[in-house]
Amino acid sequence: MSATTVAVIDYGMGNLHSAAKALETVAPGAKVIVTADADKILSADRVVFPGVGAIRDCMGEILRLGLDQVVREAAQSRPLLGICVGMQSLMTRSEENGGVDCLNMFAGQVKFFGDNLHDARGEKLKVPHMGWNQVQQIRPHPLWKNIADGSRFYFVHSYYIQLEDETLMTGRCEYGVPFTAALGRENVFAVQFHPEKSQKAGLTLLKNFMEWDGQA
Amino acid sequence: MGLAKRIIPCLDVDNGRVVKGVKFLDIRDAGDPVEIARRYDEQGADEITFLDITASHEGRDTMVHTVEKMASQVFIPLTVGGGIRKLEDIRTMLNAGADKVSINTAAVFNPEFVGEAAAKFGSQCIVVAIDAKKVSAAGEPGRWEIFTHGGRKPTGLDAVEWAKKMVGFGAGEILLTSMDRDGTKNGFDLDVTRAISDAVAVPVIASGGVGNLQHLAEGVTIGKADAVLAASIFHFGEYTVQQAKQFMAAQGIEMRLD
Repeated sequence: MSATTVAVIDYGMGNLHSAAKALETVAPGAKVIVTADADKILSADRVVFPGVGAIRDCMGEILRLGLDQVVREAAQSRPLLGICVGMQSLMTRSEENGGVDCLNMFAGQVKFFGDNLHDARGEKLKVPHMGWNQVQQIRPHPLWKNIADGSRFYFVHSYYIQLEDETLMTGRCEYGVPFTAALGRENVFAVQFHPEKSQKAGLTLLKNFMEWDGQA
Repeated sequence: MGLAKRIIPCLDVDNGRVVKGVKFLDIRDAGDPVEIARRYDEQGADEITFLDITASHEGRDTMVHTVEKMASQVFIPLTVGGGIRKLEDIRTMLNAGADKVSINTAAVFNPEFVGEAAAKFGSQCIVVAIDAKKVSAAGEPGRWEIFTHGGRKPTGLDAVEWAKKMVGFGAGEILLTSMDRDGTKNGFDLDVTRAISDAVAVPVIASGGVGNLQHLAEGVTIGKADAVLAASIFHFGEYTVQQAKQFMAAQGIEMRLD
């Protein structure tokens, strides 16, 4: 088997060092490239679509660099993993920054946790949702292999995803409200948490992604 | 089920070496920050904070390499503090693999810097460090002021109001250190921790004064902190991070134990 190539899409939003190093760690034989080049991305066997920061800036750069078409094309043909704002930008629209249209590859909204969030006991919850929270695996998926149901992953976000078609949800988390922590459809998987910062559980998910044939 | 409270070991780094010393029984060179971070990661640390106390320009470059090395080997969040004064400093640390930077003195002298940083890089990576000292007399309602220069210089700024202002500018997290308690091992200043945690919508990390595991637990249960930061109790092998987490979990605090 020839070495698999993974392209980490670099559109200037945030640090991709950890994501690239985590992929190299879990797949020592793989070639990891960090790039904004459409040809390089589309010649890779698999694609990681990360993102941090404000959605307007992210979408602005994605469109400016013509990466919207690249992401759509990659999603047609090979394993694609969206992370954090990368996941959010796959949705229809985000209410961040006064409302921003996203790629609409998945029907759904990105919503604000709100200033008045409480847990089941009535304790006020801080926003951003920052830290390690449990992810309930809603349905089996190759990317959950060897990860215990309810494992904790590292989150940092103030906006969350609400899918129109909840059958696409693969992982659920709760922070004042239940929300989509992971979604999957065919060869696309996306997570709100940061697997590259989620120690063993996160590295296992990345390893699964690197071995995934894109069949769900 | 819910969000876990975090334990964050903090390392003071000077020219790429950990100062104040860290003693693990089974490692010979306890001055390498990456090696120590790995140990804490293995023990279940939820994040790591590197506080860069290097004065020289060359030392800063060393810190960048240290951060790069750490971020290549340890896959939990890393915060870098100390000497973050310009947007360029933030970009350098984030590109090296830091997830968050902690801004202290620069925020006091130029609060708008926090706003610029949050607008540029996102609130999620901007931690504002607050060094607070109690200025109210015994029996009076609690009042705390911001101090700079390691707690030597008063600024006249009220700590609770300052925290609210920083969050207004876009700080995503507050790292609160009690200058009265730092180094005393008498426990956090729970009053100021609670006052600030109640006053702001973002997570608060309690710091300064931890001497035992009960102190860590109280930071959360009484101080309402979202995370607790400690250095010496872990560095000298008094307790492992895992012991601390189990102790806190036994008190009903939600912790990451897996």
